[in-house]
Amino acid sequence: MTHSTITADFSKALREFKNQADWVGLRFYSEKSSHHFIRNENPEANISKRDQGVMVEVMIDGHLGYAATSDLTPDGMKAAFNKAKSLSTHAAQVKAAEFTLEQRPPSKGSFQSPYLHRLSTLGTAELVDILMKASKALKVSDKIVSREANATLVETEIQYLSSSGAEWNQNFDLVTTAFRATAEDDKDTQMRNMGNSIQAGAEVLRDPDLLEDCKITGDEAMELLSAPNCPTGVMDLLLAPNQMQLQIHESIGHPLELDRILGDERNYAGWSFVKPENFGHLQYGSHLLNVVFDPQEEGQFASYAFDDVGNPATREYLIKNGKLLRGLGSLESQKRLGLPGVASQRAASWNRAPIDRMANINVEPGHSTLDEMIKQVKHGILMKTNKSWSIDDYRNKFQFGCEYGQLIEDGEITQTVKNPNYRGKTLQFWNSLKAVGNAQTYSKHGGPYCGKGEPSQLIRYSHSAPYCLFSQIEVFGGV
Amino acid sequence: MTKSREVFNHVAEALFSELHPDEALTVDYRGEDTDYVRWNQSKVRQNTSVRQKEISLVFHKAGRRLSKSFSAQGSKEWDLITARQLLLEARAEAPELPEDPYLVAFTNNGTSEAHFEGELLNSEELIQAIAKPAAEHDMAGLYAGGLIEIGNRNSKGQNHWFGNESFFMDYSLYNGERAVKACYAGFRWKQSDFEASLHQTATQLSVMNRPRKKLEPGKYRVYLAPAAVSELTTMFDWGGLSARAYKTGTCALKKLKEGERKFSSKFSLNENFHLGLTPRFNDLGELAPEKMALIKEGQLEQLLVNSRSAKEYGLLSNHADEREVPRAMEIAPGNLKKNEILKKLGTGLYLSNLHYLNWSDLQNARITGMTRYACLWVENGEVVAPIEDMRFDVSLFDILNEGLLDVTEFQEVDPSVSTYFQRALGGKNLPGFLINDFNFTL
Repeated sequence: MTHSTITADFSKALREFKNQADWVGLRFYSEKSSHHFIRNENPEANISKRDQGVMVEVMIDGHLGYAATSDLTPDGMKAAFNKAKSLSTHAAQVKAAEFTLEQRPPSKGSFQSPYLHRLSTLGTAELVDILMKASKALKVSDKIVSREANATLVETEIQYLSSSGAEWNQNFDLVTTAFRATAEDDKDTQMRNMGNSIQAGAEVLRDPDLLEDCKITGDEAMELLSAPNCPTGVMDLLLAPNQMQLQIHESIGHPLELDRILGDERNYAGWSFVKPENFGHLQYGSHLLNVVFDPQEEGQFASYAFDDVGNPATREYLIKNGKLLRGLGSLESQKRLGLPGVASQRAASWNRAPIDRMANINVEPGHSTLDEMIKQVKHGILMKTNKSWSIDDYRNKFQFGCEYGQLIEDGEITQTVKNPNYRGKTLQFWNSLKAVGNAQTYSKHGGPYCGKGEPSQLIRYSHSAPYCLFSQIEVFGGV
Repeated sequence: MTKSREVFNHVAEALFSELHPDEALTVDYRGEDTDYVRWNQSKVRQNTSVRQKEISLVFHKAGRRLSKSFSAQGSKEWDLITARQLLLEARAEAPELPEDPYLVAFTNNGTSEAHFEGELLNSEELIQAIAKPAAEHDMAGLYAGGLIEIGNRNSKGQNHWFGNESFFMDYSLYNGERAVKACYAGFRWKQSDFEASLHQTATQLSVMNRPRKKLEPGKYRVYLAPAAVSELTTMFDWGGLSARAYKTGTCALKKLKEGERKFSSKFSLNENFHLGLTPRFNDLGELAPEKMALIKEGQLEQLLVNSRSAKEYGLLSNHADEREVPRAMEIAPGNLKKNEILKKLGTGLYLSNLHYLNWSDLQNARITGMTRYACLWVENGEVVAPIEDMRFDVSLFDILNEGLLDVTEFQEVDPSVSTYFQRALGGKNLPGFLINDFNFTL
């Protein structure tokens, strides 16, 4: 499969460049995407994009430097190589780290994400019809003042060649859906969102449950309109998987990135409270907490066979029985810190250098049923679907808000509440984990927008998790 | 004329000549040739040079609208082949779409041309110009510099072009976990100016050497420096001043618009394109007024209205861009003199920067976020100690109303240093705020 609008000869380019630097790599990235957006049963956006280019990587005196170009002609690639070589030669004199070919393994192979029906089988007319019906299904009342139905379909192809013999390619079929109902009366406005990002084909949009799920989303927005505010106090907190994904992302994923720990990210997203000496020792959470880096879970949004420097991706425990074992660090960060890591050096596209990123970071299921968790709560709240997130630059003090809350009193759900929020400190929070849902409560979630890096990049990530129960958390509502 | 502009004109004119009578087309160009150099511990972590060009087509036919874009080679021949292919695809796909009742027909909004030539460091000079003076510090940051070009033409004759050679060095200096943030930016790199910036930042860092003070949650009097105000104003980008957001229930300033809540008469916010950091033309090629009051002396004068929203909701467009966010924000200065800031603060917090803001209750314009970098405890007008970072949770209707005690008589330009997808243009011109009862929670 190729979306390339021209035929570029990367092998020939590599042969030309390989003897002019200590090492050369070419990462070609081609992406064909389409985004359709229906709002209130009217077309809001019909956008398609063909994005392609090549990143030239060079190693000079142990320094890795980069130049990217969308000009895939021989002259264009040569100009990029010369630019990378020129700036990297000067940069090598003041390099932050010394690298070798061990950080660029000569991997070979390929990867194709799973699908039942190719995305290309979903024509514009069919897709727009599905979104139009979804928009109508969200309208359960005249008080649903805004109904939004979005779908983004992406086909990505990556080819990688290097002067040390790497030769691999990966193809991804990606679907992101987003549906929103906004309910408004003369006193308040409330909204419910649903959607997901997964590796799949056209079958996702043809899901027979889609319209019923939209109707439920509309109903819940209406329910919130007449719900009381979430109470304020210290209480047990039961998080649904679609909020767990945010909790994992912000307070486990980011602080465990080794490039943050090394200080690369200090000027932008921030540092980390985690220190190199914490690995193998720190009790990050209660003994019930097991977290894996799993690039092999089929269908998750960030599954792959190789990261963007060709490191073969394998499943690894980051946290086991609550103890911190391993960080999210590439071969480069592993060398700089002398710590184990994972295959997580990823770039958002052809025009960005790869850095330490999250991919699929999952909390493993435990043994509790959802009913068992609810029954053990005397006074608490169940929260679903993130709507607000904020955490400090060391990933310690956080405050998160959700769309939909349900009070739990004496082991039973009693009423829906709006504007539920909670706040806490990372280690204290994860150590208050007192029950983990079983496999029946476990689901996959993901998204296309994790921001990081200088220059900045948005990367695709995914977090699967079960329902999880936390003890005695500071909870509060709206005004 | 640059080669990029020649290719863009060639492609656009060829496509316009091939349109059917019932079709209309806008062709946009966005290109950059930027050197990015990332620094850690005053050494080069990654250098990435990016040369990227994108051509976009917005196609109208029989009330249908669709957009198609592609990564361009910079070659008249190749780029026209791809553009033609996309035009054919658009023509075939349009009948599959429902009619768009809010489609804004293309018109000729005129012609504009601006080019800001710079004097930037070349590859030979760049690394040492930064590394040498930074060597005595622990510096992390990003240099980004080069040419950005933006073009916009349509089949009705509209023709805009904007070119800008500029740079920024966005950096922070560290003493362990203590840090101070700064940004040196402009069109012409002056080594002495960069070194002066480094020196000033290092001087500020020396204040951070004192033992850190741990504060208890509660309400404090604070001074927000212009960089902290800039972070606060990012919340206006999240639908805060958007007419569409207002109509769809996601405008945090809804209560301000409806007169239910108000801001202080000391607070005025404008769009002011005199700053010259970003083009006046929007995605439709419409020219926004050079200066436009959005909030005047605490009263909301107008929301940002894109022509599409204007058509949908029966409003008057003020030629905002599609996202209806401020593109050239300016907050009016007040009376607080620079040398009186600490005295007027008295006892409280001097906050240089804020971090990671988000709504905690959108309908009440309540936000949460963190303090970051050089945040200091001040007693009786004297700096006492840096603080341990604190989380706050405040409503704009409180801190920008009775809480807003004073506004500085000076403003500072905060250039955009956003680099998602490509290097951004733009910036804000902002004063500092003295605020009472700023609520810290954690």
